[in-house]
Amino acid sequence: MVGPEQLHSAALLGRIDVRGVSFWYPDGTRALSAVDLVLAARRINVVFGPARAGKSSLLRLLNRLQDLVPGARHTGDVLLNGVGIFGPEVDVSDLRRRVSMVFAVPTPLPGSIRANLTYGLRMAGHRDTAFLEDRVEWSLQQAALWDEVKDRLDSSAYALSGGQRQRLCLARSLALGPEVILLDNPTSGLDPLSTALVENALQVLKDQVTIVMVPHSTQQAARLADRAAFFLDGELVEAGAGAEIFLGPTDKRTEDYVTGRFG
Amino acid sequence: MDASRAALSRTTRPTRSGNRMEPWIERAVRLAGLSAIFIVALIFIFLIRLSLPALTRIPLSAFGDLRWYPIEERFGLVSLVVGSLLVTAVAVGIAVPLGLVTAIYLGEIAPPWLGDILKPLIEILAGIPSIVLGFVGWVALAPLVQRLGAPTGLTAFTGGLILAYMALPTIISIAEDAIDAVPKSYRDGSLALGATRWQTIYRVVLPAARSGIVTAVMLGIGRAVGETMAVMMVTGNAAHVPRGTSMLFQPVRTMTATIAAEMGEVARGGTHYHVLFLIGALLFLITFAINSVAARLVGRRRTGEGGG
Repeated sequence: MVGPEQLHSAALLGRIDVRGVSFWYPDGTRALSAVDLVLAARRINVVFGPARAGKSSLLRLLNRLQDLVPGARHTGDVLLNGVGIFGPEVDVSDLRRRVSMVFAVPTPLPGSIRANLTYGLRMAGHRDTAFLEDRVEWSLQQAALWDEVKDRLDSSAYALSGGQRQRLCLARSLALGPEVILLDNPTSGLDPLSTALVENALQVLKDQVTIVMVPHSTQQAARLADRAAFFLDGELVEAGAGAEIFLGPTDKRTEDYVTGRFG
Repeated sequence: MDASRAALSRTTRPTRSGNRMEPWIERAVRLAGLSAIFIVALIFIFLIRLSLPALTRIPLSAFGDLRWYPIEERFGLVSLVVGSLLVTAVAVGIAVPLGLVTAIYLGEIAPPWLGDILKPLIEILAGIPSIVLGFVGWVALAPLVQRLGAPTGLTAFTGGLILAYMALPTIISIAEDAIDAVPKSYRDGSLALGATRWQTIYRVVLPAARSGIVTAVMLGIGRAVGETMAVMMVTGNAAHVPRGTSMLFQPVRTMTATIAAEMGEVARGGTHYHVLFLIGALLFLITFAINSVAARLVGRRRTGEGGG
């Protein structure tokens, strides 16, 4: 568990190494084939490509949410700060607090805004009210939601609009003080204004947290990417600095996709 | 009307037969709906009308008599109400926790193939006629209870066991449906925040399924309160007020069993006859109260959820 203060100081935390990872769903479909990828610490890492490219499958593998798919299997390894996440000594709950996930459809948990934000911390055993209150305010400010909800923290999270819900889900993840945040198409259902709010929040956050994001569009990918990885049919086609990938891709398929010739 | 508009209305107009049938279908549906309400209202009026004479002929305090002995004009309802409450309490105490845990197991923990086998089996249990269960209780359960140290095997506890068994399939299958209906995204959201499986079930899935679970429990209780035959066979049918620490292991008689046992032998229009209807009205009130409580619990949840 990393506290907000430590978040600012620990310079190297949050690097993920994906090494030769393949992944199969229970029906035998191969969603990822031999993927080698470095997700840089404290950067916005964009994972993009057409539908069924394996982007979401990869993200859900990084915090072991794929464990919940009975019959799914993988080969290869994923290292968080150099340590394998599939090792027998790894506490999966702890891993999911360090590598937190925000989904495409923002689903608040039943209960108040405050309860949503403190849920993860409470489940981790935190009981200190002052600490929890601090975290609620801090995480809401990070997610650019504090001003809109500070007077109604005890009202139902379902009273929020779609854009607010997504920032609530982002804040909920941030409250845990993660090293990495996985965002699976977090602006899919949002209007342009809410999208801008979420994107701005991410630009600020990347100084403290590694961000791995499946973007809503190629435009969004180009806007945000410090690093980008292009996937096609479960294969990593090309990865590199954002500017390289979007302005001068080396692979023909990347170029075709980025310039809008397909996808 | 210009030409293009006329063309449009011609193509979108319903076919002639559909057009002519429409009002009749609507009337038939309305008639069916209204007649259901009408019949319920009739039953209610009937019940009130036939139980009113009991209230006018006997002073209210007489119903507080501890003895139910109609031949001597002693109509104490205490023993019957206590009998019903005891049997129901035992049934609820066993069936609700067991049913909910089973529903959680089926919905969240059991592998899918096992659930596919167990669920239909449980639903078949709901179809066993109550008289058959009464038989089982009489032949198998009663001797067991007697071996526990009760003076007789036919007790409130035995009745409660049988009722629990009858209410279980209802509780399990409705609660499991409610748990199953909780969106996967709730579980994902909770697990992605580092919650364990059990924390997710207890803190997210169960609260989200609450309205369905309350319905399951209330229907289970409703079934227990209203059941007659099986209970009559195994509770010993003795209309006395059970007392002391062993009250669960004494014979009792429920309100339903009293009506069933005595209706055939009362003089039509006599005081006894009307008191039996009064007991029926009382049962109606109890089930009505249970349903109202359930509706309120469910309703409060819905408004709390807002635009969810």
